Amino acid sequence: MKLNWFKYASPVTFYPVAGKLIPWFALAAAILTVAGLYLSFFVAPTDFQQGESYRIIFIHVPAAWMSMFIYIVMACWAAAGLIFNTRLSSMMASALAPTGALFTFIALWTGALWGKPTWGAWWVWDARLTSELILLFLYMGFLALHAAIDDPRRADRASAVLALVGVVNVPIIYFSVKWWNTLHQGASVSMTMAPKMATTMLLGMLIMALACWMYSIAVALARVRCIILEREQQAEWIAKLNKEPA
Amino acid sequence: MIWKSLDDFIAMGGYGFYVWGSYLVTAALIMAEILLLRTRRRAVEKARQMQAILSEQVKHEATS
Repeated sequence: MKLNWFKYASPVTFYPVAGKLIPWFALAAAILTVAGLYLSFFVAPTDFQQGESYRIIFIHVPAAWMSMFIYIVMACWAAAGLIFNTRLSSMMASALAPTGALFTFIALWTGALWGKPTWGAWWVWDARLTSELILLFLYMGFLALHAAIDDPRRADRASAVLALVGVVNVPIIYFSVKWWNTLHQGASVSMTMAPKMATTMLLGMLIMALACWMYSIAVALARVRCIILEREQQAEWIAKLNKEPA
Repeated sequence: MIWKSLDDFIAMGGYGFYVWGSYLVTAALIMAEILLLRTRRRAVEKARQMQAILSEQVKHEATS
């Protein structure tokens, strides 16, 4: 049997599959959010140094992780779109960008609200904060460039190049706390060291991170379905869809 | 139980403004994203319906 790797790379086969997956990811996101918030507010103890202000990290850290991770996934789809010239790959990249930008903004916003009571400043120009701000500009640049070019296939290629160039910023964000002397603290969770926090705090953070994952997947799939319909209005298979309710 | 009362919960040990400022803005942004996506979806669906009606008309005019 010959396996066709590109079967799901076609919008025709992907569209209904995505539609079936969305409710499951949305449901998982909702359940994990409730569980994560319960752990964050009712199980995790008060921090002995920061008091209750530390509870901001339950959204700050997952949002910051997502902002970097979504960028990498987006750049991979953009690269796949450039290399294989598959429409769906580029559509996936476009579908991820707004959610990535949203998480970047949330990371910066919650960081400012955590920084004020902890450091005494809403914002400092340290390497971690600055590189995360650059990430927000990269997402916005990607979206603006894509919107500025009328021909969607050309827009895909131009913004893919931008996304790929911007990838260098992600390791800079991640390692900034090691490479430079930053006000921002080092990694809270790492693969090599024991976590520097109580187990319930860590668990709350990880569950919130999982909730963000599920949410991002659900939203990106819903958005890519919109993009497919918008871009392939003229296609034969969409005309067939018209005969049945969505 | 960490919190003695609802007021105690809202006060967040004096950090209420920062904690709720983070959580409420995040919640509002996520709601906004979902709503925007829903509006986009409806707009596409409407355009699709219009196109279906138009193509039926064209077919009808071609045969008559």
